[in-house]
Amino acid sequence: MSTYAFDYARAQSVDEALTLLAGHDGEARLLAGGHSLIPAMKLRLTAPTLLIDVSGLEDLAAVTLDGGHLAIGALTTHRAVETSELVRTHCPALAEAAAGIGDPQVRNRGTIGGSLAHADPAADYPALVLALDAEIEMTSRDGTRTVSADDFFVDMYTTALAAHEMITRVRIPVLGHGEGAAYAKFANPASRYAVVGVAAKVSLADGTCRAARVAVTGAAPKAFRATAVERRLAGRPLTEAVIAEAVRGLADPNELLSDLSGSAEYRAHLCEVMATRALREAAARAA
Amino acid sequence: MPNFIGSPVKRVEDKRFITGKGRYTDDIVLPGMTYACIVRSEHAHARIKAIDTSAAEAVDGVLAVFTGQDMVDDGILSIPTGWAVGDAMKEPPHYPLAVGKVHHVGDGVAVVIATDKATAQDAAEQVMIEYEPLPAVVDATAALAPDAPIVHDGLDSNLCFDWELGDRDATDRAMAAAHHVTTYELVNQRVVPNAIEPRSAIGHYDPAREELTLYTSSQNPHLIRLLLCAFVWPDLPEHKVRVVSPDVGGGFGSKIFHYPEEVICAWASKKLERPVKWTAARSESFVTDAHGRDHVSTAELGLDAEGNMVALRVKTVANLGAYLSTFAPAVPTYLYGTLLAGQYRTPHIHVNVKGVFTNTVPVDAYRGAGRPEATFLVERVVELAAKELGMDPAELRRKNFIRPDEFPYDTPVALQYDSGNYEGALDKALEMIGYEDFRREQAEARKQGRLLGIGFSSYIEACGIAPSQVVGALGARAGLYESGGIRVHPTGKVEVFTGTHSHGQGHETTFAQIVAHELGIPLENVEVVHGDTSRVPFGMGTYGSRSLAVGGSAIMRALDKVKDKARKIAAHKLEAAEEDVEFVDGTFRVKGTDRTIGFGDVALTAYVPHDYPEGVEPGLDENAFYDPKNFTFPFGTHICTVEVDPDTGVVRILRYVAVDDVGNIINPMIVEGQIHGGIAQGVGQALFEGAVYDETGQPLTGSYMDYTMPRADDLPSFEVGHQVTPCPHNPLGVKGAGEAGTIASTACVVNAVVDALYHRGIRDIPMPLTPERVWRALHAGGDGAAAAAAPAGGNGQA
Amino acid sequence: MAHISITVNGKRHEADVEPRTLLVDFLREHLGLTGTHVGCDTSQCGACTVHLDGRSVKACTVFAVQADGRSVTTIEGMSADGALHPLQEGFREEHGLQCGFCTPGMIMAAADLLQHNPDPSEAEIRHALEGNYCRCTGYHNIVRAVQYAARKMREQATVEA
Repeated sequence: MSTYAFDYARAQSVDEALTLLAGHDGEARLLAGGHSLIPAMKLRLTAPTLLIDVSGLEDLAAVTLDGGHLAIGALTTHRAVETSELVRTHCPALAEAAAGIGDPQVRNRGTIGGSLAHADPAADYPALVLALDAEIEMTSRDGTRTVSADDFFVDMYTTALAAHEMITRVRIPVLGHGEGAAYAKFANPASRYAVVGVAAKVSLADGTCRAARVAVTGAAPKAFRATAVERRLAGRPLTEAVIAEAVRGLADPNELLSDLSGSAEYRAHLCEVMATRALREAAARAA
Repeated sequence: MPNFIGSPVKRVEDKRFITGKGRYTDDIVLPGMTYACIVRSEHAHARIKAIDTSAAEAVDGVLAVFTGQDMVDDGILSIPTGWAVGDAMKEPPHYPLAVGKVHHVGDGVAVVIATDKATAQDAAEQVMIEYEPLPAVVDATAALAPDAPIVHDGLDSNLCFDWELGDRDATDRAMAAAHHVTTYELVNQRVVPNAIEPRSAIGHYDPAREELTLYTSSQNPHLIRLLLCAFVWPDLPEHKVRVVSPDVGGGFGSKIFHYPEEVICAWASKKLERPVKWTAARSESFVTDAHGRDHVSTAELGLDAEGNMVALRVKTVANLGAYLSTFAPAVPTYLYGTLLAGQYRTPHIHVNVKGVFTNTVPVDAYRGAGRPEATFLVERVVELAAKELGMDPAELRRKNFIRPDEFPYDTPVALQYDSGNYEGALDKALEMIGYEDFRREQAEARKQGRLLGIGFSSYIEACGIAPSQVVGALGARAGLYESGGIRVHPTGKVEVFTGTHSHGQGHETTFAQIVAHELGIPLENVEVVHGDTSRVPFGMGTYGSRSLAVGGSAIMRALDKVKDKARKIAAHKLEAAEEDVEFVDGTFRVKGTDRTIGFGDVALTAYVPHDYPEGVEPGLDENAFYDPKNFTFPFGTHICTVEVDPDTGVVRILRYVAVDDVGNIINPMIVEGQIHGGIAQGVGQALFEGAVYDETGQPLTGSYMDYTMPRADDLPSFEVGHQVTPCPHNPLGVKGAGEAGTIASTACVVNAVVDALYHRGIRDIPMPLTPERVWRALHAGGDGAAAAAAPAGGNGQA
Repeated sequence: MAHISITVNGKRHEADVEPRTLLVDFLREHLGLTGTHVGCDTSQCGACTVHLDGRSVKACTVFAVQADGRSVTTIEGMSADGALHPLQEGFREEHGLQCGFCTPGMIMAAADLLQHNPDPSEAEIRHALEGNYCRCTGYHNIVRAVQYAARKMREQATVEA
């Protein structure tokens, strides 16, 4: 399977990448790990005329601790997120989620920025960045702006990222005392994408949930927060009974995807099961 | 000299594969090579109104664009099936590229040939085809409805054949008198074989010598040549055609058949006088490789008050797809109906099978071919009967087994089983799994809300389909014998020629073991040659677990001839009477003396016949054709245990025990490997796999993004036990091992899942048992009707 | 056309390629290294697995231009000095292959695992091979083959230490 023909440029700097991007009027695409873009190009579903390879921009491939945040460069591979000591220390749920993306070869190439920009409705990271209250840093020739994960995902394969922008960093608040997070995924056994993936973050004080963030990927056209669940958990001890009651009716089947990987009814059920598992684990870690 | 028979000799072919030096068809590059891209129908059923190739032809690098009509105009005929089921069977034409109408998504319409494959693909998009879409029919039962769209012009229905076997009246009478009748309605779903090497073909016509070489990823090179030259392209003289099947990356049946791309590449190469290569993209494989299974059946099993099976009545509708692939008619008939006795003494059996055309990819033999479908039906209905009667499933089986002293045993569905010890295999499997302990564990687990189950499958297989006279009477258009050749070179090195083909089965090792053993020579002095019609006299290829039983036996016959001749030469050299010369461990010896001559010296003498027996021809090179007396009948019992997650419906296999009796074993390492792989494919059908079409005939499972096969982390390690009951009618005493695992495992896994859930009112869940289907069954209870409402491929896994 | 320079199995290769040339096609068609296979078109089967700068990747999902200036190891490079790699040996000793088509990718994927986990459990081996389909073996003997190689590599490491 061959892609359509295209031109290729390897950017030596963010500026160069952005200049090339701006100069091609929506016909150019940034190429990082390529594990969303290249498969789509091979199926001839997309036909950029120019690929701007940004994979050599090493500044964007680092994970650093930046005040109260983990700053993860957009070009950090899933494998690097999975094995980063900083991530494992300050946000192990993210490392675990990264370890479940695709397969080892995919994790060696695919990047967090590429995955977020592609916004596949069944990708894992969207649930994580929503639950972890991350910020997405985007840069264009006009400067840098940051949007919260809550404002980033617009629709299936559509984000707040403009055509002339690139994601440069993801900033995730480090987990503090009494906080815990976890990700529970029900993977499509063929593609390894999430049929339903639920990420949960909870803050506990004296055995009571002060705040919770619960986010779901795979189930709907875009990842979403389960705000009703979050509200029901606040102020209550995270017992099995409380979690069970809180997750009930998490998703309305009428708003969920229904396809070969699962009907809407089944996805709605899985939302509850995966949310329960994620919350149970997050609570255990927070305690 | 080591005893090679029964020894786990490491495979001689492995060296090239583990170093990346295997040579598969797509690895072959010839000077002047061109690349074909086939323009395929996106409609399931449509009339071709017009084809405009001009834009494609204008693309730089394109050498030619051909349509189906171009090929027909040049004398290319329809690709025939290799088997006729009854005189009334309908056989509509199957042109290599569609003429007039397309009949399934993926049907080839035109071919673009270019200097590189990317250009060919680019240009293929420029072939403009005007279609008139027609209503399509996908489901075989629906295709039999009076108002169904008719797949083929010139036919008045979609019924290809209506076949029956067994005594209908006697079966009906016995069923009516039965104490209990268990009824089971089932779908044996369509699956895609998915050999990991996509199919590939290279046509290479040499205009100077007027010779054609076809390289093709086939299990069956001689039959491809025969079908090509005798039927499809009568102007092509068979003696000027060489078909080479080099290393082939798995077949599982899907590479037995003569495919359109073989004709296209061969013919286009002659037109262009350049080599033409085509290699399938995986998405193309999904819509062009023959699929497997796809039966809808009703089974009724009658039992008397003591649990003796008294009658089995089966009605099956078999989806044949849009065209009759090479073995397609035989699979749901002679390879299916004849196996419905299973391991049991059921005295009356009747089966009716309707073969039906639909607007889907052709269906043909897939690992087991008919026998997995039969075994699934029998072993599921027997399991259900045990549950309904409140009997232990192992004991119901035991009670009805054909006993060891009843062989050879004539079944009511036309076969004569050669030998068996069914109870022995069952007992061994029960012991390995620890049956009673598991039942206790299951009861304990159930109290804690955990769902454990155990499933059985006591299967029978018929391998080495034969003899030719019988298969001819049954409609086969070829014989099913095999050739074997032994060429002893002057230095004592030996080439072995077999008409079977190895694409993973390890013939280069197993056959070499036989020859080294019989001639008493080192293994490295033996080379096995296969997969090349110019080197091997003839052959029927590899499928149906036939290679060792039929091909190995042919080699044994050729070895007998070699040894007879060599003994004559040795006797002459030893100045002894032939009958006084014995051949032991590679040395001819005058009995009771120390006068000897080695095999190598005899070989040299045969080629330098200065001192030579009168009336004996020089040389030591013998061929034999072996036509078996009967099928062989491997059998065994598989048992697995599973746990079902009640929250998600995910099924996890805890343990898998297989006890197989495949007759004598030449290389136990290879046999076990065959069993392992077979089990995995059968598990795949039970839990993961299913080819799904929407109502308009669009395939929904067209890539590995949607079609699930077992991965390493989906399976446990397997526990394999053996029992040996030799085949009494072939010289090696072997039965065949390639398909046993697949035949057994599908029913085994489904039985285990149902066992885990039966107390919740669930007696069946349609395959594949995806988590969603299991979850729905658990929440709806009953017969799985709710589960059937789940998406067919509705799979997922925590 | 783009000019690239890639070190493959320790040897530098320069070539002019179309940007759309996949790394797997470059290896197979330009360099004749046909041990790397193509089994699918959706980055699932793993038959095309090679190492790019030491890590396993699917060569069907990397353009050759992306590998410019970098280092690639293929199955042919695993026994470059004539001696079989312990994984190659393991696959033969434990009958970890049948048709051989998935084998090079399996070996390359397993080699990545053993680089960072010299003593993997059966579950870890099975998980590490989730990007590679085999249709012949049922994976049973592939697991044994990787265990064989891990054992042998640990022994070699002990001897060298």
